[in-house]
Amino acid sequence: MSRPRRTNFRPKNTHILKKSRISKKLQVPKKPRERKNPESQRSLSGAQDPFPGPAPVPVDVVQKFCRIDKSKKLPRCRSKTRNRLKVAETEEEETSVTAARSELLLAEEPGFLEGEDGEDTAKILQADIVEAVDIASAAKHFDLNLRQFGPYRVNYSRTGRHLAFGGRRGHVAALDWVTKKLMCEINVMEAVRDIRFLHSEALLAVAQNRWLYIYDNQGIELHCIRRCDRVTRLEFLPFHFLLATASETGFLTYLDVSVGKIVAALNARAGRLDVMTQNPYNAVIHLGHSNGTVSLWSPAVKEPLVKILCHRGGVRAVAVDSTGTYMATSGLDHQLKIFDLRGTYQPLRARTLPQGAGHLAFSQRGLLAAGMGDVVNIWAGHGKASLPSLEQPYLTHRLSGPVHGLQFCPFEDVLGLGHSGGITSMLVPGSAEPNFDGLESNPYRSRKQRQEWEVKALLEKVPAELICLDPRALAEVDVISLEQKKKERIERLGYDPEAKTPFQPKPKQKGRSSTASLVKRKRKVMDKEHRDKVRQSLEQQQQQQEQQQQQQHKQEKAKPMRARPSALDRFVR
Amino acid sequence: MKVKMLSRNPDTYVRETKLDLQKVPRNYDPTLHPFEVPREYVRALNATKLERVFAKPFLASLDGHRDGVNCLAKHPKSLATVLSGACDGEVKIWNLSQRKCIRTIQAHEGFVRGICTRFCGTSFFTVGDDKTVKQWKMDGPGYGEEEEPLHTILGKTVYTGIDHHWKEPLFATCGQQVDIWDEQKTNPICSMTWGFDSISSVKFNPIETFLLGSCASDRNIVLYDMRQATPLKKVILDMRTNTICWNPMEAFIFTAANEDYNLYTFDMRALDTPVMVHMDHVSAVLDVDYSPTGKEFVSASFDKSIRIFPVARSQSREVYHTKRMQHVICVKWTSDNKYIMCGSDEMNIRLWKANASEKLGVLTSREKAAKDYNQKLKEKFQHYPHIKRISRHRHLPKSIYSQIQEQRIMKEARRRKEVNRLKHSKPGSVSIVSKKKKHIVAVVK
Repeated sequence: MSRPRRTNFRPKNTHILKKSRISKKLQVPKKPRERKNPESQRSLSGAQDPFPGPAPVPVDVVQKFCRIDKSKKLPRCRSKTRNRLKVAETEEEETSVTAARSELLLAEEPGFLEGEDGEDTAKILQADIVEAVDIASAAKHFDLNLRQFGPYRVNYSRTGRHLAFGGRRGHVAALDWVTKKLMCEINVMEAVRDIRFLHSEALLAVAQNRWLYIYDNQGIELHCIRRCDRVTRLEFLPFHFLLATASETGFLTYLDVSVGKIVAALNARAGRLDVMTQNPYNAVIHLGHSNGTVSLWSPAVKEPLVKILCHRGGVRAVAVDSTGTYMATSGLDHQLKIFDLRGTYQPLRARTLPQGAGHLAFSQRGLLAAGMGDVVNIWAGHGKASLPSLEQPYLTHRLSGPVHGLQFCPFEDVLGLGHSGGITSMLVPGSAEPNFDGLESNPYRSRKQRQEWEVKALLEKVPAELICLDPRALAEVDVISLEQKKKERIERLGYDPEAKTPFQPKPKQKGRSSTASLVKRKRKVMDKEHRDKVRQSLEQQQQQQEQQQQQQHKQEKAKPMRARPSALDRFVR
Repeated sequence: MKVKMLSRNPDTYVRETKLDLQKVPRNYDPTLHPFEVPREYVRALNATKLERVFAKPFLASLDGHRDGVNCLAKHPKSLATVLSGACDGEVKIWNLSQRKCIRTIQAHEGFVRGICTRFCGTSFFTVGDDKTVKQWKMDGPGYGEEEEPLHTILGKTVYTGIDHHWKEPLFATCGQQVDIWDEQKTNPICSMTWGFDSISSVKFNPIETFLLGSCASDRNIVLYDMRQATPLKKVILDMRTNTICWNPMEAFIFTAANEDYNLYTFDMRALDTPVMVHMDHVSAVLDVDYSPTGKEFVSASFDKSIRIFPVARSQSREVYHTKRMQHVICVKWTSDNKYIMCGSDEMNIRLWKANASEKLGVLTSREKAAKDYNQKLKEKFQHYPHIKRISRHRHLPKSIYSQIQEQRIMKEARRRKEVNRLKHSKPGSVSIVSKKKKHIVAVVK
């Protein structure tokens, strides 16, 4: 007969006297329980876990989430600070492993294009790709024939859902290119030199012949900014809400679109500014000049942060990749070079092109597109965000007219091209980041989500003074010593504000302020200072002597012990 | 050729019906989230500013006493009940949630010097200027019954303070000497004294329940052991201590509120140096009470303010003042760590929030998450100069502000004289005394 299982019956209405809280000792954080031996963990059936221990995580993924630069040496700090830093480092290791594990939840895979049996992918036509791919992706390839209104400049909004283009003869339009729904189409009756979406698809900035205009996505002109005249290029810094404009007059102007103020108008002192791009990693503006240099600008500083000599002739195009590691430039000397932006500003790759590339763009996964005349070449690297090798292009395409603007669409495998014949949307498998973050830029966001996102983005708008080469500069340990700060202050002010003012004896009453007594008092103070100085120098001398003596002692000890003095000792120097 | 294009099915990214939640896929790759540090810095700045915007700590003022409030006592079991004794002998019991007085007793003729509750919460004791110790029931008198004390003890000298044991039916009074009484008996079971001066307050240690601390008029703090019925040791300070309070979490730490505008946190085992000197008040500190977490305490001072100090730091984190609040005599921190009550000279008891910008009531899970995130941000960025400046900013009444400036100048002058004295005397003849130690005169065992 099987015995009934014994359970602890406790009637519900007995009160369990809790111990007085006051006498409890401080809670010691429990250490994580160590894993039991795999041999001892056997289930009832006798089976063992075939994969004991935690699941392995690829090291490069863990590396991606590490933010502390362990190679940097910190100055001597107190043990409390050192302990805290150590704790922070161990925490970061654990969290990076957990974040690396969360990569398992990402739903989408990037696209790819592989040729069979040594087939050159560059020879594959867009028409072939459109045939081989599913209907939805095939619909992403389209050509808009707009020959009437001049060569077009294109811009995708930050989520990649909306496309704005402006033609040289004044045709401006904005549409949702996925559903092909037109938002607005107007002619501004003036030459359009560049067009940019502002922070969302609701606002457009158009650089027209004379001034800078801001339009609604319904085509309503909202602002005409007359301080920005003869603008050739526009760039929008999304996290700072700054619109950077480069003009023919040689000025780089930063306009804060959230408050409507011009934050900085910098004179680049290099003539007409024609070539501009932003570094998405640190919001620094790169300007290309006709003497072959590229200069890096921040609104907080009047001079360029860095000047890099890139080409023998003028620089015609600059592009920076999304991680801020590589900069691609092309110049009048028909060269295409890729520079390393973090650390040494040296060229990593170079290639001579038959025709100079007038336009360059990087995609989110590190593909480089170059528009040379009416031909577009795309180069790819091996794996995500790696340096593209410029040997063999990945894809090429020939257009009906010379290229005037190109940009990769943010979260779609598409390259938008503006040329003199209109707009072309070209399929580039594997160019886009497959998994977007819903809280940053979500192509499928609803109106409510967009409104909430806009408010939050405005609240955490980064002030323009914080733009610098290293965006993590705020998180660094402050290593500048007090002396260096003092030195910088003296340099800046021209004199030392903390220097001792010469002693002025206080004027006294009842005849104690006669010349003789003033001189006596001054002498007293001077003598005291002199005595202090002499005492200090004596102490220093004493210390030096002691150090020398210690060194001598050490040297004597280091000398090998001789058993007996020999006759040759007199020749030892 | 093998080709695959990235194509997303909108059904996995768009919600099905209006009643569903929105789908928000997450990717924590740092390249998709640039400018982490500056954005977090801006969020921390906003959180600090909002904390100052929402810092409205004053909750209520309990009106009803006809003379200054002299002492406060907490009910050990009910969070909403507080007892107060006034300078005209009245004891009032208040309900904090209704903010009303629920019972008034004319307990003594003259001041009510001390009031304490029994650990079970059924009765409380009061001592007054009429040399009596009275025990009262916590529940009001029934219908037809008169307000009568349960027990009255007539003494020979004035008693100035009372405290009840945390676990046993004993209480201690102080006046000329420290007496330990059993509740059933009319004579003290033992009397302890060390020195000839009167003792102003006595407190039992909540953890090591046989220990007592008392403050006497001859500037010393004496610790007693009840089991041996003897005083243990005493420490003599520069000026008289008004009260002490034991830390409810650490058995051997107590804080003394002193007349020289400072509070001293002592470790009982080493009384020669205080663990910390808390300097922020500009007039005598009259009362101190610990938070139930043991990490902070609140002090009431003769300058018309109360300050909250963290145990480990010497500067206060918060100061509460009102135009209507005059000299604050007594202060208590409620047992749920949320509120502070103070009784002052002008017959009012005021109720404050312990965290000035805390939202009271039940928070939704989103509010809690946002609050925790903002708290962590403020902690992470607390040392940055702009943020520090904003979080430290407090408005002070002109009297306290001008006193602070004056005392700073005086301290600076004293320090300068010390330095000069040291510099111009024979090295070794003038000893350097640490700032903490210099307030202690002697420790006697």
